Amino acid sequence: MPVLRVEGVTRRFGGVTAVKEVSFQVHEAQIKALIGPNGAGKTTLFNLVSAIDRPDDGRILFRNPIRTGDAQIDLARTSPHRASRAGIGRTFQHSQIFEELSVLDNVKVGRHAHGRAGLFSAFLTLPRQRREEAAAEEAARRALQRAGLGDKTEIEADSLPLGERHLLEIARALATEPGLLLLDEPAAGLNNEETERLAETVRRIRDDGVTVLLVEHDMGFVMEVSDEVVVLDYGEKIAEGSPLMIRSNPEVIRAYLGEDYLAEEEPR
Amino acid sequence: MPRFGQGERAGSATGEAVKAGEVGPGGWERRGRGRAWSWARGNLAFLLFSLVALTVPLYLTNSYYLSILAFFAIRLMPTIGLNLLLGQAGQISLGHAAFIGLGAYGSALLTTRWGLDPWAAVFLAALLSALVAVLIGVPALRLKGHYLAMATLGFGEIVLILLVQLKGLTGGTDGVVSIPPLELGGWSLADPRLFHVVVWSAALIMLRMALNLPRTRTGRALIALHRTEIAASSLGIDVAFHKLQVFVVSAIFASIAGSFLAHYVMFISPEGFGVTLSVLLVAGAVIGGLATVWGAVWGAGLMVLLPEVLARYNEDYTLLVFGLLVIVVMIFLPEGLAGAPARLLGLRRTLPDTVARRSQGEPVEDRGSECRS
Ligand SMILES: Nc1ncnc2c1ncn2[C@@H]1O[C@H](COP(=O)(O)OP(=O)(O)OP(=O)(O)O)[C@@H](O)[C@H]1O
Ligand SMILES: [Mg+2]
Repeated sequence: MPVLRVEGVTRRFGGVTAVKEVSFQVHEAQIKALIGPNGAGKTTLFNLVSAIDRPDDGRILFRNPIRTGDAQIDLARTSPHRASRAGIGRTFQHSQIFEELSVLDNVKVGRHAHGRAGLFSAFLTLPRQRREEAAAEEAARRALQRAGLGDKTEIEADSLPLGERHLLEIARALATEPGLLLLDEPAAGLNNEETERLAETVRRIRDDGVTVLLVEHDMGFVMEVSDEVVVLDYGEKIAEGSPLMIRSNPEVIRAYLGEDYLAEEEPR
Repeated sequence: MPRFGQGERAGSATGEAVKAGEVGPGGWERRGRGRAWSWARGNLAFLLFSLVALTVPLYLTNSYYLSILAFFAIRLMPTIGLNLLLGQAGQISLGHAAFIGLGAYGSALLTTRWGLDPWAAVFLAALLSALVAVLIGVPALRLKGHYLAMATLGFGEIVLILLVQLKGLTGGTDGVVSIPPLELGGWSLADPRLFHVVVWSAALIMLRMALNLPRTRTGRALIALHRTEIAASSLGIDVAFHKLQVFVVSAIFASIAGSFLAHYVMFISPEGFGVTLSVLLVAGAVIGGLATVWGAVWGAGLMVLLPEVLARYNEDYTLLVFGLLVIVVMIFLPEGLAGAPARLLGLRRTLPDTVARRSQGEPVEDRGSECRS
């Protein structure tokens, strides 16, 4: 039983069809990569899966494997906070951290749905508020540890370098305890060593039972971590399969490099 | 090294573009280090402030000065609400004078026309204001920036027009007279010293509650959605709910202030609750500083003292000075008056990093279409 089933999803922006009748599945505890040239519709698809945006057509069925008993939900017909509560976690291509909060407090925001203390408890600092605060802090520290930022908790988020900002977003998403984690270009701006560590982190997250769907332009990274790859081009799915298959697929090479390149030489 | 860029198409606007150049949610919890110390210092400040505020009537008996201080407390309440709404949640309201008006008229009419107990009237008026805030907030808070400002401005105007036009109910431009004062344990709060203690107690409770907020689940949710609603909602935060909730709270604070005002001056008329007051409240909140709840104290204090200093209550003149002050504060004191002492003492960096960075536009990573295989 797949964790995510994208079925015939289409999203248009005016004249542009950013995503066109795309279908694919993501299976439990799998790392799946979504690749494609700039503007292929990868981020648009992520926005649809995280319910930040709605498709014009199609269904996006999600069943959280971590919380058994949870019913399947159609992400095409829900709101982002409900998608999050159902078990979708995500990071953003362009940094979306809360710059005025510390690293730890950024991740504590990820514990929001696990707390219940409301405005009233907050105003009056009721015992429940304090209890939850302590629990949230502990969980946030654990999430930072998992994302490899355990030593940066007290730092102000806006002083983190670019690569670590993405790790912070990963920690924040992990804090929600997602069943499916969406990573939009997590290796952007990282050097080789950092990319290597990120690959390690992502694999560990997968091994903990979290299914991962990631967008990445760094092919080395994609080939290394992913169990399966989907390729989008001009909003359409042009290929799907193992990294090895994708690497030698002529359609994919053409999409990325153009006809001329294919005629000239084989890419590595 | 093959490049992936050749399939590139024009534009890459992704629904998640960051709002550049926007003023961020101030400096909530900016410092990780020494947080315990700053917490202790905040508590101490609150204790000292409360002590001074509540004991003033022991040594100050001049009823003119006492009335100014009472107005200070009354002005502080809606300013705290706006500080939370604008500073923490990042939502503007140019219609908050209407909630003060609803509180004042609610109290006035419930007591003079229906003979209700003044405290019950304060409570019911606040309930009414909360209801109105829900009705207005649900559609208005979907709007952003200028549109939200316009919507709330329109709401304020409508309330004002209703107060003037519903003559049968509100007395029109003549207003409502002979509003009974509040009472406490058989003591009439017409005594300015007793009133002082009660009104300041109420204001201090609101201040304490607001000061508690930033370091809580709800407070962080507000700060988060202020920065980016998309990221906040992707973490399970019901953005619409939290915006509405803080809007309603700020309306309740304003309404209670209006009720205190009505029972204190015993006479109210519509003209005091117009756009001028709404704008003044926002200006006061901004000048005081949105980075901390203490900004509300500075802002409200200034709003009450300035007109006293500048020739008596010439509203236009006051507004002009406030307008200038807003500009000066925006340029020289990004943290408002509340941040001024530390800045003058050189305890802070001249320009907070975030402010400086934001004015240069958001750092958007230059995502090379490079393939590093
Ligand atoms: N909110 C929007 N309004 C209009 N057009 C949009 C919007 N979001 C995306 N698009 C368009 O949809 C197409 C796909 O964009 P998308 O951001 O999904 O691409 P991408 O695959 O993530 O690219 P990149 O690798 O550059 O991040 C582009 O042509 C883009 O201009
Ligand atoms: Mg993208």
